[in-house]
Amino acid sequence: MSELVVALAIGVLAGCGTWLLLRPRTFQVVMGLSLLSYAVNLFIFCMGGLRSHAAPFVPAGPPPDPALLADPLPQALVLTAIVISFAMTALLVIVLLAARGLSGTDHVDGREDER
Amino acid sequence: MNAWQQHLVIVPVVLPLAAAAVLLAIDERRRALKRSVAFVCLLALLGAAVALVRAADQGAPAVYRVGDWPAPFGIVLVADRLSAVMVLLAAVLGLAAFLFACTHWDRAGPRFHSLLQVLLMGVDGAFLTGDLFNLFVFFEVLLAASYGLALHGSGAARVQASLHYIVVNLTASLLFLIGAALIYGVTGTLNLADLGVRIPAVAAADRGLAEAGAGMLAVAFLVKAGSWPLCFWLPRSYGAACAPAAALFAILTKVGIYAVLRVLPLFFGAAGGEPASFAREWLTIGGLLTLTYGAIGVFGAQELSRLAGFSLIASCGTVLAAVGAGQAAVSGAALYYLIASTLGVSALFLLIELVERSRAPGADMLAITAEAFGSPEGEEREEVGVAIPGTWAVLGLSFVACALLLAGLPPLPGFVAKLALLDALLRIAPIALPTWVLLALLMFSGLATVIAASRTGVRIFWTPERPMSARVGVFEILPILILLGAGIALAIEAGGVMRYLDAAAQALHAPSGYIDGVLR
Repeated sequence: MSELVVALAIGVLAGCGTWLLLRPRTFQVVMGLSLLSYAVNLFIFCMGGLRSHAAPFVPAGPPPDPALLADPLPQALVLTAIVISFAMTALLVIVLLAARGLSGTDHVDGREDER
Repeated sequence: MNAWQQHLVIVPVVLPLAAAAVLLAIDERRRALKRSVAFVCLLALLGAAVALVRAADQGAPAVYRVGDWPAPFGIVLVADRLSAVMVLLAAVLGLAAFLFACTHWDRAGPRFHSLLQVLLMGVDGAFLTGDLFNLFVFFEVLLAASYGLALHGSGAARVQASLHYIVVNLTASLLFLIGAALIYGVTGTLNLADLGVRIPAVAAADRGLAEAGAGMLAVAFLVKAGSWPLCFWLPRSYGAACAPAAALFAILTKVGIYAVLRVLPLFFGAAGGEPASFAREWLTIGGLLTLTYGAIGVFGAQELSRLAGFSLIASCGTVLAAVGAGQAAVSGAALYYLIASTLGVSALFLLIELVERSRAPGADMLAITAEAFGSPEGEEREEVGVAIPGTWAVLGLSFVACALLLAGLPPLPGFVAKLALLDALLRIAPIALPTWVLLALLMFSGLATVIAASRTGVRIFWTPERPMSARVGVFEILPILILLGAGIALAIEAGGVMRYLDAAAQALHAPSGYIDGVLR
C-alpha cells in the first residue's frame, strides 16, 4: 500500500513539474524545476527500498543481520542531491530576477508573444 | 610507483580547488597577485596533466582510492589513457582562456579566476572519477562554474541566454539522477567498474529497469554533448558568453561525449547483445542528424559566434556517429578528431572577439543583405588595394588556420583526423548504409565549413572600407597562437598521438583491464 502511495506521489510531482517546466513564465519554470527535483529526490530515496523501523546505522555491539538495516547509501545520495538542487534553484531565481529586470518581462524568451 | 607519484591522480582535482579558495580570499583590487596565483596553478596543472599522460601511457590505469577505502565501497579516481589526455586538453584550454582573460575580461566582473579554476576542477574530476554518483557531483561543479562564467560580464543577451542554458542543464541533471538511482536500485553499486561486472549479471526481470536507467543517463550525457535534438540551446548560450568563457566551454561538450564513451562500453560492452547494438544504432543516428544540423547551421550562420557554435555541434556529431560504429580503430580516430576540433573551435571563439572588436555592430547582417540584394552605396567603392597591417595579417592567418583545422584540410590536424576516420570507417568489412551516409556528411560538413569560412573571411579581412583600428595586444593573440600551435604539434606528432589514442580506444572497447585495475 505504501509503495502505491509513494509511487503516485512521485508521479503527480513529476507530472506537475514537467507541465510547469514547459510554461512560458519564468516563475512557473522555477516551480516546475522544484517540483521535479522533489520527485527525483523521493525517487532516489525509494531506491533503497521502503522500510519502516529499520535504522541505516550499525548499532554498537555485535553486528546485526544486514536484512534488518535500511540501505544508508540512497539517504546519503539524496542529501547531496537536495543540497545541489537547492543551490541551483537559488541561482536560477537570481538569474530570472536579473532577466526580469533587464528585459522588463517575465517571459522565458525575454519578450511577450506577438498577438 | 613511489609514494608521491600515486597522489598525482588527484592533483588535477585538488590543485584548482585550492587555487579557487585562495583566489576567493584575495581582494579583487590586487589583480596582479590574483593573476600570478592563477597562472602558477595553471602551469602546475599543465605539468601534472603531462605527467599523468606519461604515466598512463605505461599501460595499466592508475587507480587512486580516496581515503583508501577498498574499491566498490569508496570513491575511486582512475587515470587511464583517455582520462589523462582529456585532462591535458582541459589544462591547455584553461591556460589559453586564462591568458586571454588577463587582458581585460577578468575586470568585467568579480571572481573570474576562481570560477575558471572551479570549472577546471569539475572538468578534471568528471574525466578522472570512477564512480557514477561522483560523476554527477563533478558535472554539477562544472555546471555551477559554467553558469557563473556564462553570466560573466552581464548584459541582457547573456542573462537571457544563460536562463535557457541553466534550465536545460538543470533538467538534464535531474534525468542523470533518475538514471543513476535506477541503476543503483537494480545493481546495488555505483562504482563504474563494479557496474561493468554486475550489469551483465542482472536478473532478467530487472534488465528492463537497468536499461531504462542507462537510457536516462545517455539522454543526460547527450544534452551536455550537444546532440540533436538536444542542442538548440548551444549556439545561443556559447555565442552570448564572453570570449574566454566560450573558449573553455568548448571542452564542456566533450565531457558529455567522454561520459558516453566511458559508460556505454562498461555497461554493455562485455555482454554485447541487444542493448549495445540498440545504443550504437541510436548514437549513429543521433550523430548523423547532429552533424547535418551543425553543417547546415554553419552554412546559414550570419554571425561569427554562431558559426563557431554550429561547428562545435558538427564536430560533436562527427564524434558521436563515429563512436556509434563500435569499432576501436574508428573510436581512436574519433578521439584524435575530438582533440583537434576542440582546439580549433576554442581558438575560433577567442579570435571572434578580436575580429569583432573593430567592426561596427550589425556589420554581418548588412553584408549578408548586400550579398543578396546588392549593396546600396557600394557602386563607387574604391578598387585600391589596402596594405594590411601586421596585426590584421596575424589575425587573418589565425582565422585561416582555424578554418582549415575545422574543415579538415591539410596541413593541419583536422585533415589527419578526417583521413584517419575515413580510413578506419572504410576498413569495416561490409560497409553499412550509415557508414556511407557518414562518409558523405563528413565531406559535406568540410565543404560547408570551407564555404562559410571563406565567405566570412573575405567579408572581414578583404573589405577595404573596414575601419582599421585594430587595437590588439600581443597577449590577446598569444593564447590563440598557443591553441593553434598545439594543433600543429598534434599534426607533426600525429603518429605518436594516434598510437596513444588507438591504445586508449582499445582499452575502452575491452574494459576488462579497467575493471580489473579498479577491483583488484
